[in-house]
Amino acid sequence: MTAASVLLQFLNGLASASSLFLVAAGLSLIFGVTRIVNFAHGSLFMLGMYAAVALAPYVGFWWSVPLAALAVGALGAVLEALLLRRLYAAPELLQLLATFALVLIIKDFALWAWGPEDLLGPRAPGLEGAVAIAGSRFPEYDVFLIACGPIVLAALWQLLRRTRWGTLVRAATQDRDMANALGVDQRHLFGSVFALGALLAGLGGALQIPREPATLAIDLQVISDAFVVVVVGGLGSIPGAFLAALLIGEIKAFCIGLGFSEFTLAVEFVVMAIVLVLRPWGLLGQMPAPVRGAGAHEPAFALPSRGALQALVAVALALCVVPLLSGGYTLVLLTDILLFALFAVSLHFLMGPGGMLSFGHAAYFGLGAYGAGLLLLKAETSMGLALLAAPLFAVFAAVVFGWFCVRLSGVYLAMLTLAFAQITWSVVYQWDAFTGGSNGLIGIWPAGWLSGKTAYYYVTLATSLAGIAAMWRVLYAPFGYALRAGRDSPLRADAIGIDVRAQQWAGFVFAGLFAGIAGALYAFSKGSISPEALAVPRSVDGLVMVLLGGLHTLTGPVWGAALFTWLQDSVARGFDYWRAVIGAVILLLVIAVPGGLGSILRARSSR
Amino acid sequence: MTVLSVRALAKSYGGVHALRGVSFGVAAGELVALIGPNGAGKTTCFDVLNGQSAADAGAVELDGRSLLGLTPRQIWRLGVGRTFQITATFGSMTVRENVQTALLSRQRRLWSLISLAAHACVDDADALLARVGILEQAHRPCAVLAYGDLKRVELAMALANQPRLLLMDEPTAGMAPGERGELMRLAAGLAREDGTAVLFTEHDMEVVFTHADRVLVLAEGELIAQGRPDVVRADARVREVYLGGGDA
Ligand SMILES: Nc1ncnc2c1ncn2[C@@H]1O[C@H](COP(=O)(O)OP(=O)(O)OP(=O)(O)O)[C@@H](O)[C@H]1O
Ligand SMILES: [Mg+2]
Repeated sequence: MTAASVLLQFLNGLASASSLFLVAAGLSLIFGVTRIVNFAHGSLFMLGMYAAVALAPYVGFWWSVPLAALAVGALGAVLEALLLRRLYAAPELLQLLATFALVLIIKDFALWAWGPEDLLGPRAPGLEGAVAIAGSRFPEYDVFLIACGPIVLAALWQLLRRTRWGTLVRAATQDRDMANALGVDQRHLFGSVFALGALLAGLGGALQIPREPATLAIDLQVISDAFVVVVVGGLGSIPGAFLAALLIGEIKAFCIGLGFSEFTLAVEFVVMAIVLVLRPWGLLGQMPAPVRGAGAHEPAFALPSRGALQALVAVALALCVVPLLSGGYTLVLLTDILLFALFAVSLHFLMGPGGMLSFGHAAYFGLGAYGAGLLLLKAETSMGLALLAAPLFAVFAAVVFGWFCVRLSGVYLAMLTLAFAQITWSVVYQWDAFTGGSNGLIGIWPAGWLSGKTAYYYVTLATSLAGIAAMWRVLYAPFGYALRAGRDSPLRADAIGIDVRAQQWAGFVFAGLFAGIAGALYAFSKGSISPEALAVPRSVDGLVMVLLGGLHTLTGPVWGAALFTWLQDSVARGFDYWRAVIGAVILLLVIAVPGGLGSILRARSSR
Repeated sequence: MTVLSVRALAKSYGGVHALRGVSFGVAAGELVALIGPNGAGKTTCFDVLNGQSAADAGAVELDGRSLLGLTPRQIWRLGVGRTFQITATFGSMTVRENVQTALLSRQRRLWSLISLAAHACVDDADALLARVGILEQAHRPCAVLAYGDLKRVELAMALANQPRLLLMDEPTAGMAPGERGELMRLAAGLAREDGTAVLFTEHDMEVVFTHADRVLVLAEGELIAQGRPDVVRADARVREVYLGGGDA
């Protein structure tokens, strides 16, 4: 690499850092003041892109950018007033879930409004050319972008340091109770912060359109990038976000420039890993106040009564005789329900008793599925061996990812699980030669003697029930008690000799194992797999299953999985926008029935 | 025999000097009170002793072995039990299960995936609960307990490891006056019978001067007096800094 090309890559890195910073700054600002992690922030970025592309033909590019940003900012204000305002006092989990519901709804809205095709934006008039830098040509527009980051940073800095509003924001970020005591009008403050954050995301999106087309997949890509930036920079720190955006932007640029674009994600991961190990709260972040007794209000769970055990056995027996009574469709649906129940119970194990909120549990499900497919198709093993060994893929990932995740807690941990899941998804999606890329793998059929629907149903039934029983049983063993101890009071657990991190790590791997088993069963039941099996929406499905059924009962996730899978099967059949419907249902549950879900979830609140 | 020896311990939080050069010792079988006004540094001292936070300077030794740099769980294994000023128990467990968990940890059985935790160490757990006087509440979830009773659960958990050194941060907070005396007699019994070194903080001077063998007085991070209760009570500086502060 010559000095000139190093310089060019450096400038490329600066250009992409700018839009990364805009998104991350908004996310950080909103979190700092409202303590809400806005998962829909990438969706707002996406809306900014689409809005600018749509507006540009009428008003021209240069007007489309501020107009799109303002429109997204206004939408942010509306969302805050209608939705988030009701959630400030709600448990963290409900807040995250509500913003996740927004992701689903906004994506389907964009699909409805602009269709599934990528939309190319215009060039920026006046900046179409290139400047000569060290003998090479560098786009003028990118020079402009490079300037945008520092300009916005400076503007934010002035706003935060010089205005009364900024003082209030800083006070609220540092100490919410103190801000309360000072009589800060939270409504206006929170509303304006959310609108500004949304505006920044929209601006980031709109500014991006001369460089890349607007696509529906950009939302999760951007949010996971933003999470990485925010985790690296420190949640709530604007300068931290800037520093981290530069770091990540440069690293990406040099990976691409050196011809290693496949490694971009891996390198990003390594950087994040190093930062997390050295400074768990980010480069410029502050350690959050320790959470005391997060599980202080958890109901105790006693050993199941005789009657309850008998009821469970009766259900299992009933499931055994179903094939005698009904036909193909019911069996296929029940097979799905059983393996998703196994998946949901593994997620519940992790986030309920384990106290580790995961927004990326599908990674382990998907790796189990891909493991099965790859073993069967590439390694040409027998189906039995593929089914047995596939979960090891999930276990391996859970060992690596879990090691980092257990170093964090609360929303940090949730963000990290999502980032890992997104990285896994990208690797699978991009590695055409090995994983089949976006097409996935086909021809993953069970061996002859299991190819009938009934036979495969029995395999799934036996495996899922055994898996669920194993997880439940472990919760009553000393290991399960140690996990709950670490969740209820890390302080006390540590003071009686429990290695909380090690126990959590093991719990993480344990949950990953069973998610992987569910994924392997899934692969053979469908005969094919695509990256969707480990995409973020699948993780959200798991969360919805767990929450539908209730976090506080062991059997809840099973019923939740049954209800959700059945609903999805009947709704998705006739309706393209069913994810938006699911999103709307989540919002309804979160807002309209806080008593129902809320009473179940209140105990999850960590304040 | 000296169990705990602390020398020139210093710790500051940003600009706040919570401890400045504190030195003292606690012998086996001795019941020592650490007193001082709010913010004197008592809890900070405990935090450093059990590894919750790192000291800036000084030395801490348990039976001649340095504790600095060890994690709370390592220090617990060496025989230091602790109760917290703001109780920390496992809310999703019953009183008995809290103690069972501590006992299982002591036996290093918390990795077991097979046995039933609810059936483990029941007799030992109940003996500890009886000792601290809450056996009749053994089956109740910790989340619904009165504050004074939570303090007892914590004490039972701290005792599960048969500690050489017991650190109790305001053990009688939330208790009725009668119960306080009872709890201190229990602590005194531990010291006499098991030879445990007991260090406790307490705001109730009545309790302190009645039960403690020795009193350490901390003010603004400095040890301003130590000795027998009657001597400390008569100390002019203590009266001025502490008793004069309206706390007694
Ligand atoms: N984590 C912390 N960060 C910053 N300052 C702290 C921290 N913990 C304690 N301090 C400060 O250190 C000093 C000593 O506090 P400490 O809690 O040890 O006092 P204490 O004697 O236990 O008081 P109390 O009787 O109220 O429990 C106080 O000024 C306190 O504000
Ligand atoms: Mg204290």
